Amino acid sequence: MVDFDYNIVEEAAKQTYIKALTDLPPDVRQALHRAYERESQPAAKEIFQAMFKAIEIADNKKTLVCQDTGLPIYIMKVGGDFPWNGAEIKKRLVEGASRATLEFPFRGSSTHILTRINPQNSVGHGLPVIYWDFVEGSDTLEMLMIPKGSGSENMSTMKMFIPADGKAALKKFVLDAYIASGSNPCPPGIIGVGIGGTADLVMRLAKEAIARPVGQRSEDPEIAEMEVELEEAINATGIGPMGLGGDISTLAVHIEWAYTHITQNPVAVNTQCWPARRARATIHPDGKVEYGF
Amino acid sequence: MATYHLQTPFSEQDMRQLKIGDIVFFDGTLFGIRDLTQIYIFDQNHEPPVSLAGFPIIHTAPSLRKVGDKWEKICVGTTTSTRMDRFTPPLIEKYGVRAVIGKGGQYQQSLDAMQKFGGVYLAIVGGAASLETELIEEVEEVFWEHLHPEALYKFRVKDFGPLTVAMDSHGGHRYFEVKAEAERRLPEIYQKLGVA
Repeated sequence: MVDFDYNIVEEAAKQTYIKALTDLPPDVRQALHRAYERESQPAAKEIFQAMFKAIEIADNKKTLVCQDTGLPIYIMKVGGDFPWNGAEIKKRLVEGASRATLEFPFRGSSTHILTRINPQNSVGHGLPVIYWDFVEGSDTLEMLMIPKGSGSENMSTMKMFIPADGKAALKKFVLDAYIASGSNPCPPGIIGVGIGGTADLVMRLAKEAIARPVGQRSEDPEIAEMEVELEEAINATGIGPMGLGGDISTLAVHIEWAYTHITQNPVAVNTQCWPARRARATIHPDGKVEYGF
Repeated sequence: MATYHLQTPFSEQDMRQLKIGDIVFFDGTLFGIRDLTQIYIFDQNHEPPVSLAGFPIIHTAPSLRKVGDKWEKICVGTTTSTRMDRFTPPLIEKYGVRAVIGKGGQYQQSLDAMQKFGGVYLAIVGGAASLETELIEEVEEVFWEHLHPEALYKFRVKDFGPLTVAMDSHGGHRYFEVKAEAERRLPEIYQKLGVA
């Protein structure tokens, strides 16, 4: 434990933030291209073409795809055999997010809730958002970084249904939430759905749902079927790219779930915009880091 | 759907020919404004130091840096227009703005002003800031620098687009239309989903 250099964690926190903002994941690119092929309306196709150009310019110039650098979220999976000091890792995530902002440099989007003063470092009291999980039989530290823009995050919604409402109420809630959000979350993106748990867990599940590679189905066959049903329903609305009309209104619906209380049936929706940004670093105990998505 | 390549300043005729669903690209001058810029003009009574007549404005999210006397672009995107609805009618009526560019659209009062004076709302592709930044050739001037990043920006642009005509001067409103169509389809979708 004493030998591990925590600068590596800080550097990875910085690099994943920058990578997420500048280099869209391959599954997102492929999903957008498949959507373009399936889209029949010429004006909607034109919108997809602008998206492809934006991705290409960001690739060539190593620049941001979208100016909304979002709030930084780090989803951490700590291997049971990783020699870790959690408090030190947390400190390095804060530092890494801040350094990414100042050194790239890009606009910091975090702000004080009352004074509205922006420290221009993407962090501040309570930020970044950090989730911890622990994985048995692994000796790596896995960091999944998501910069969450406000256009989509502002459309988040949840509801505590009761058992009597049944499965139908959950599906209707997701579809209605999508229609209400209209053009705001820069569609077509990923619709993340959480079902079960408590009020806080259900939204976290929805967040984990948008973190999955596009179209990766739930391992539970019944949940996977619900994902397909909701995808078809949302695409049938005709809301289309940027809410201007078209055949493709979402790239995918992802559902994450947990057991819940016998009296509860909570559901949450967390939307992700078309540039569904994320980047991953896998850190080994010897200090080696692999970057990916 | 027709595609137009226009040049600023725009005439009333340029705007009247556009219908919702058309695609527009243009060259010339584009003024960037935002919430505070418009509060400064309309609520705090500061006259814009430059004529906006005939020009398009964009609801801008500019990341710029100043090197000597010159402003350079870092990353310029677009912000949501719905917040700034109340400023659009006076921008059109008093200052002669012809086109409002943004994302998310605006409401009835803006649509009415566009119909009366010959204006349009052009929807940009949100999230595509890298493309938008590329199409801005130069930040020619920043007025009211003390308001940055919510100042008044004069951009020179080339092939700026694609922009979708989302509100036209004939009362057409693409977002209202899309929403109405979704609602029309909804009973059938509910039924298929088993939630009816």
